[in-house]
Amino acid sequence: MSGGGTGAEPVLLRAEGVGKRFGGFVALQGVDVTLRPGERLGLIGPNGSGKSTFVNCVSGDFAQHDGTVTLAGQALDGLKPHRRARLGLARTFQLPQPFGSLSVLENVRVPVLFSANAGSATARAMECLEVVELAGKAGKLPRELTQVEQRRLELARAVALDPRLLIADEAMAGLSHAEVDQILALLRRLNAAGTAVIMIEHIMRAVTEFSERLVVFVAGRKVADGPPRDVLAMPEVESAYLGKQ
Amino acid sequence: MHPDLVLLLNGVVSGLLLGGLYAIAASGLAISFGMLDIVNIAHPALMVASAFAVVAVGTWLGLDPLLVAVLLAPLFYVLGTGIYAAYHHFFERRGDEALQGLAFFFGIMFIVEVGLVMAFGPEQRFLDPPYAFVTWRLGEIDVPLRMLVPLLLAAVVVGSLLLWLRSSFTGLAIAAVAQDAEALRLMAVDPVRVKRLAFGISVALGAVAGGALVVVQPVEPTSGQIFIGRVFAICIMGGMGSLPGCVAAALLFGVVENVTASFAGPSWSPAVAFGWLLLVLAVRPQGLFGRTA
Amino acid sequence: MSTTAAALAVPPRSAAARPRHLPFWLGAAVLGAGLFLALRLVGNEYGYYAGYFILQYVVLASAWNILGGYAGYVNFGAAGFMATGAYTAIVLRKATGLDLLPGILAAAAVAGLLGLGTGYLTLRLRGVYFSIATLCLAVVLHTLVVNWDYVGGSRGAYIVRPREVPPFTSYGEYLFVVMLVLAILTVGIARAVQHSRIGRGLQAIRDNERAAEAVGVPTLRLKLVAATLCGALMGVAGAPLPYYSGYLNPDAAFSLSYAVNAIAMPLIGGAGTWAGPVIGAVLLGALQQAATVTISSALNLWIVGWMLVVFVALAPRGILGWFQGRR
Repeated sequence: MSGGGTGAEPVLLRAEGVGKRFGGFVALQGVDVTLRPGERLGLIGPNGSGKSTFVNCVSGDFAQHDGTVTLAGQALDGLKPHRRARLGLARTFQLPQPFGSLSVLENVRVPVLFSANAGSATARAMECLEVVELAGKAGKLPRELTQVEQRRLELARAVALDPRLLIADEAMAGLSHAEVDQILALLRRLNAAGTAVIMIEHIMRAVTEFSERLVVFVAGRKVADGPPRDVLAMPEVESAYLGKQ
Repeated sequence: MHPDLVLLLNGVVSGLLLGGLYAIAASGLAISFGMLDIVNIAHPALMVASAFAVVAVGTWLGLDPLLVAVLLAPLFYVLGTGIYAAYHHFFERRGDEALQGLAFFFGIMFIVEVGLVMAFGPEQRFLDPPYAFVTWRLGEIDVPLRMLVPLLLAAVVVGSLLLWLRSSFTGLAIAAVAQDAEALRLMAVDPVRVKRLAFGISVALGAVAGGALVVVQPVEPTSGQIFIGRVFAICIMGGMGSLPGCVAAALLFGVVENVTASFAGPSWSPAVAFGWLLLVLAVRPQGLFGRTA
Repeated sequence: MSTTAAALAVPPRSAAARPRHLPFWLGAAVLGAGLFLALRLVGNEYGYYAGYFILQYVVLASAWNILGGYAGYVNFGAAGFMATGAYTAIVLRKATGLDLLPGILAAAAVAGLLGLGTGYLTLRLRGVYFSIATLCLAVVLHTLVVNWDYVGGSRGAYIVRPREVPPFTSYGEYLFVVMLVLAILTVGIARAVQHSRIGRGLQAIRDNERAAEAVGVPTLRLKLVAATLCGALMGVAGAPLPYYSGYLNPDAAFSLSYAVNAIAMPLIGGAGTWAGPVIGAVLLGALQQAATVTISSALNLWIVGWMLVVFVALAPRGILGWFQGRR
């Protein structure tokens, strides 16, 4: 699934001129981001720089925005989030959003039921729980899980979509050092199986270890796009993060 | 002047006057629904309950209904705080607002309405202040005082409320609590207390509106039903939490409804409210003055 | 991604076993037949009327629950949908002479369309807007009917009922059996929906609509399906009403009793599963039937209102939920 070879490289995600305003406030402006199949992209920036807005434009949560977004050549404009999910675009939320009255297994069965999956939904859901190592808690309710387990559940639901692209929106926020490593390992495994990942994070070590490429947003604009080493050495990026970790 | 034009002009004028009543009725909802995001569908029922109380007390004491309404408002304030306390304890804390919370307010609306039927019977009640039968004439335009006075009251009440919300600490807290309860907590202000106060005020406003209603027309226990559509349509169109927007929407609504009634008959008023509501929701759910979600 | 057979041995609560449909239908048929025979034996006409009264609420409550309990979208206009069914039946009779059974089908179609229409206009927005719209809708429909002379306006309309319908001993018995069949069908539909992928989707919508959308659940489509089904079945509950009393006027059709019971019964019985509304309807319906002889109808309804408020506050998961919570 990875791109390669000479000539035009395949592009999985192409966001061109993406912008979003709320009344008079410009949250995002003129953002161009491309992603190759199987690529690992890190997205960083101060709070309020438009990262989540960008994610919501790509995911379809914001139906109206400037610019276009295409996934594997297909324009996503006008498609609702669930259609984009079916096309292989998965996203997790900053705060875990489980289905509270459903068990862990049932939480993962839901995406499977509405996917093109032909076989037993339960079997496929259990597979996904295996991947995130939550199979043992299949019968529990989400509120009985620890924080890191809830985040793993979020990822299990994403896995159930057999995604080409996973947007992990601050999937490691509030976790301990060891827990961050857990989630990182999980994301690496998913990526190794062919899923491109956009990781939005404030935890610098995680994002620099993980990403092949780093994109930086400041005040609604993209100010940097390149290998982590180079990007982090840029003076604009340093100043944007002055005082941050 | 052409008779249809006269009819239209009078329809517009009395619509504006009626809009005054609607403005007071909807302003309470602008606070509870618009600012606090509490879907108090019992608001019109409480307004009607106040109207009945005004008739009873006003008849007994021989006082002007608007005066009685203002005197009763503190009682309804207390009632409002009680209702909110129950709502918060049983539903907001548990996150059950969507289904159970909504059913709770429906239950309250039901209890109030049926309670009124049991206590007062289904007949209409009225209490006419001395000016109720006076009509000023300005050329071809009739201005019945029974409708002008509530409009003036609306101006006073909503105006002072707006002033208070924008200048007093508690008022600003109310505007803030819906947007950022956390920030309030950091300022050592209890969001629950602020919301309780605000909800109490919204019910008190409903009580005053009940008094205004009595002046305008006779009331019966089911009077609240048609107001539900009206006040929600007005509140949503006015941009939810915006009081000036609410007043503007109320005046506009009053005109449209009244002109329709003049030409098509008064029984179509519920349809006007419903159609208006659907239109607003379809075209611009954030209202005339609201900001995009 | 490896599969492990051992990992498939999951605790009962998560076991998404295929629901077995045959036991339900057999059980329902047996129960229904038993009820019918028991009433036949008793031979009292009143038994059929009381039975009809309660069964119509089973239909109404189960219908409401498909949108309210499963998806979390509250329909406040049950009386409007019920009346739509009743008046559709009357119009059909007056216009074509077609009787009860075609009336039921027509009622389902019209009320279903009404549900679809209301849903289409409001379900894209927050749930509260749908709820407010249904509340207004009921008022508008009431106004419409009151002003419609063809169906008698506020004076009401009469329907001549046949003296007897062989092989049934009386028309009352016939109506009872019709409502019994409708109740079994409705509960069966509610159960089928609950166990289907539509039901799972609705549950996901109720728990977290945004997340449901993000994982591929077509939320709007499912909500519209539920709203249509809910409307249609509530219309079906109302269709036999004019035949029940031979007369129908707006006050009876739009009765507050339907408005409050449609919500109280599922919530008190336990929203979210097909069994809760049945429990709520049978319990509350029986209570209200028994109470009509002793207290006024207004007081009766008032008590139901209080019960709704108290239950929703103290036992938000209903009777069924209360029992399940004690496991």
